[in-house]
Amino acid sequence: MKARHQRLFAIGLVVAGVGLGATFLLKAMNENILYFYSPTQLEAGEAPLDRRFRVGGLVVENSIVRSEGTMKVDFTISDEAFEVPVTYTGILPDLFREGQGIIVHGRMQDEYFVADEILAKHDENYMPPEVADSLEHTRKQAAAGEY
Amino acid sequence: MIPELGHVALTIALCLALAQGFFGLAGPIFNKPGWSAVAKPVSVGHFVFVAIAYGVLTHAHIISDFSVAYVANHSNSELPLLYRVSGVWGGHEGSMLLWALMLAVWGGLLGVFTKRIPLQTSAKVLGVMGIVSVGFLLFMLATSNPFDRLIPSPMEGRDLNPLLQDPGLAIHPPMLYMGYVGFAVAFAFAIAAMIEGRLDKEWARWIRPWTAVAWAFLTIGIALGSWWAYYELGWGGWWFWDPVENASFMPWLAGTALLHSLAVTERRGLFKGWTLLLAVSAFSLSLLGTFLVRSGVLVSVHAFATDPGRGLFILAMLVFFIGGALALYAWRAPALAQKGGFAPLSRETFILANNMLFVVATLLILFGTLYPLFLDGLGLGKISVGPPYFNTVFIIPTLPLVFLMGIGMHTAWKKMDWQQLKGKLWPFFVGALVFAVIVPLVVYRQFSLMKFIGVFLGVWAMAVAFVEPVKYFLRKRTLRGYSRTMISMCLAHFGIGVFVIGVTMVSTYGVARDIGMKPGETVMVEDYSFTLQGTRQVEGPNYSAVQADVLVERDGETVIVLQPEKRTYRVQQNPMTEADIHPRLHRDIFVAMGEPLGQGAWSMRIQYKPYIRFIWLGAFIMAFGAFFGATDKRYRVRREDEATEPSPATPGGQGKLQEGTA
Repeated sequence: MKARHQRLFAIGLVVAGVGLGATFLLKAMNENILYFYSPTQLEAGEAPLDRRFRVGGLVVENSIVRSEGTMKVDFTISDEAFEVPVTYTGILPDLFREGQGIIVHGRMQDEYFVADEILAKHDENYMPPEVADSLEHTRKQAAAGEY
Repeated sequence: MIPELGHVALTIALCLALAQGFFGLAGPIFNKPGWSAVAKPVSVGHFVFVAIAYGVLTHAHIISDFSVAYVANHSNSELPLLYRVSGVWGGHEGSMLLWALMLAVWGGLLGVFTKRIPLQTSAKVLGVMGIVSVGFLLFMLATSNPFDRLIPSPMEGRDLNPLLQDPGLAIHPPMLYMGYVGFAVAFAFAIAAMIEGRLDKEWARWIRPWTAVAWAFLTIGIALGSWWAYYELGWGGWWFWDPVENASFMPWLAGTALLHSLAVTERRGLFKGWTLLLAVSAFSLSLLGTFLVRSGVLVSVHAFATDPGRGLFILAMLVFFIGGALALYAWRAPALAQKGGFAPLSRETFILANNMLFVVATLLILFGTLYPLFLDGLGLGKISVGPPYFNTVFIIPTLPLVFLMGIGMHTAWKKMDWQQLKGKLWPFFVGALVFAVIVPLVVYRQFSLMKFIGVFLGVWAMAVAFVEPVKYFLRKRTLRGYSRTMISMCLAHFGIGVFVIGVTMVSTYGVARDIGMKPGETVMVEDYSFTLQGTRQVEGPNYSAVQADVLVERDGETVIVLQPEKRTYRVQQNPMTEADIHPRLHRDIFVAMGEPLGQGAWSMRIQYKPYIRFIWLGAFIMAFGAFFGATDKRYRVRREDEATEPSPATPGGQGKLQEGTA
C-alpha cells in the first residue's frame, strides 16, 4: 500500500471510529443521565415525573419506619426547607442513618419517591456535594429572610 | 525531631530533583557530557532521600507518634502493625509521598539500568523525570506536608478508615501507583525523542520493557482494587464505573494501546507520531487521574483532599506537562520520517484497528467521567452518568477488539495471505462457535445473545492464544529459542480470554438475592440452601461485631458454614459489613449481613457468582505475561552487538508470528 493510500485508509478508519463512537455516545448518554433535584426543586415541580432522577438531602430524625417482616423502609429526606417522603425495599448502606446526608435514585410515584438505589458514602463526615449545595442554598435564603 | 528529618530529606530530594532536571536536560542541549553524566548518580541520590522521608513517616506510624498531624489523623495505637504501615498511604499527604517515592524508584532504576542507552538520550529521560518529580515534591512541600506537627499532640489517633483495614487494600495503592507513575518513564522517553527530533527502532526497544512493566503493575493494581471492592465494599459488585476507578482505567487503556503501537514502531519503524502521542496520553491520563482523585472535585473514598489550593496546584501541573508535551509534539512530530508501507491484511492493520478501538473506548470513558464536572462547573445542572452508559460505550468497542485480537496475533508483518490465515484459524473459529452454543443451552439451559457472544469471544481468545508456541513445541520438542516477547503476548491474550469468560458468566448467570431471614430459616439460591443458624457478639482487636452462622448445603451435604459480620469500629464508630465468601475457581458463594429486622432476624444478601475468579485471574495472567515479556533478552542486547543481530525475517513462511523472532 502506498503512503497516500495508507493515509486515506487511516483517515477512513478514524472517521468511521469517531462516527460510530459519537452515535453510541449520544444514545447511551441520553438514556443514562440522571439529573439531581433538591427537595425544594421537587416542591416547585421542576422534576420530571416520567423518568428516573436523583434527590438528595438529610435523613430526617425519627422518620425511619420499617415494615415488620419485610425489607421495606420508609423515611423522609429534607433540605431544611422542604421534605420528600421516600420508600425503599432492600438492604440499606452501612452509613445510612438519621441526620446523614444521602442521595437516592428512583422516580416519583404519587406523593412518594420510590427509590431503587441509596447512596451513603464511606465516611461519617461526608456530605454529598449536591446536598451540601442545596443546604447552603436553604440556609442563605433563611438568612436573607431574616433581614 | 525525627519527623523534621523527614521534612529535611524531602527538601533535599527537591533540590536533587531540580539538579537532575537541569543537568539531565541542559547537558545534552549545551553539549556538555560532564553535565549529562551527573544526572545518573543524582537520580539515585534523589531516590535515597525520598526513601528516607518515606521511611521517617512509616516510623512515625509504627511508633504511633501522634504529634505528627498526619499520623494522628490516620492511625491509632490499637491498629495492627500491618495497617499502621499501610496507613502511611491511607490519606492524602501520605499517598502523595508514596507517589513521589514510586517516581523516585523509577528514576533511580533508570539511573542504574540505562547503561546501554546513549548518554545523550538517557540524560534527557532522567531530566524529564526530574522535572516531573520537582512538580510533585513542590506540591507536597507547599500544600501537603505529611510531617506537619499537631500541637498539643493528642493522646490517641483518629484511626484509619475501617474500609482501608484490609490486606488486599494494603497492597493495592503501591501496585497501582507503581503502574500509574511508571508511565512517566514512557512519557520521559517520548519527550527526549521529541527534543532530539529522532525516533528509531532502537528507541522503541528501549522503552518497551519499561512500559510493559509499568503496565503490568497497573493491571495488578486495578485488579486488586476490583477484588477489594468485591468483598469489602461492593456487596458483591466488582466494577462500578466510579470516576475514581475510571481514573485508573483510562491510563490502562491508553497504555495498552501504547504497548501495541510500540510493537509496530520497534519492528517496522512505523506509527512513530502515534506512539509518541500515546506515550504522552498515558501519562497525561495518569496525571488527570491524580488531579481528579486528589483535588476534591470528585468525592469518594479515595478523595481525601478538599482544599481548593491543592486542586489548583495539580491543575497547573497538569496544564504544564500536558500542554508542554503536546506543544512539543506539534512542533517536532512532523519531522519524524517514516518509510515503508503495509498491506490491508497485515499485522500493522490489526494493530491500527486495536489502537483505534482502545482510543475510542478511552475517549468515551473520559467524556462520561468529565461531562458531569463540566456541566456543574458551568452551572448547567448537576447530573450523574450511570454505569449503563459506561457499560455500553466500553462493551461496543471491546467486542470487535477481542475478536480481531485473535486474528491479528496470527497475521504477519507487512502482508498476510488470506487463504493461509483462514486455513490456520477456521477450526478454532468453528470450535468456539460450537462451544458458545452448547454452554448456554446444555449446561445452563438459558440462552441469550450476550451469553453467546461473551462465551464465543472468551473461548476464541483462549483457544487461539497458544497455537504458535504449541506448534513450535511439537516441531522442536522444546520451547528453547522461542521468543519471550511472543510467549508474553500469548499469555496476555490468553488472560483476556479468561477475563472475558469471567465477566460473561458472572454478569449473565450470577444470582443475587436480598432477603430477611429469621434464625432457623432456610432459603435456596441456585443449587445451594442457606440456613441462618444464629448470631452472636464477637470482639476484634479494634472493633466489636455481630457474627452470623450461615450453613450452606448442597444436595443435603454441608458445603461450609459462612460467618459474615457486621462490625462497629471503636474509634470512628462506623458500621462495616464484612461479607464471608466461599471461593472456588468456578464459583463464589457470598453472604453479607444487612441490618437487624427485630427478633433475631437479619436482612441478608446471598449471592452465587459463577466464574468471578476468572476476572482477576485473567488480569493476573495478563500482568504476568507483560512481566515475562520484559525479560526478553533482546532488550539486553548491547549496542555493539546490534550489527550482528539476525534479521527479523522468520524462517517458515509468512504465516508465522513474527513478533520478536530476533
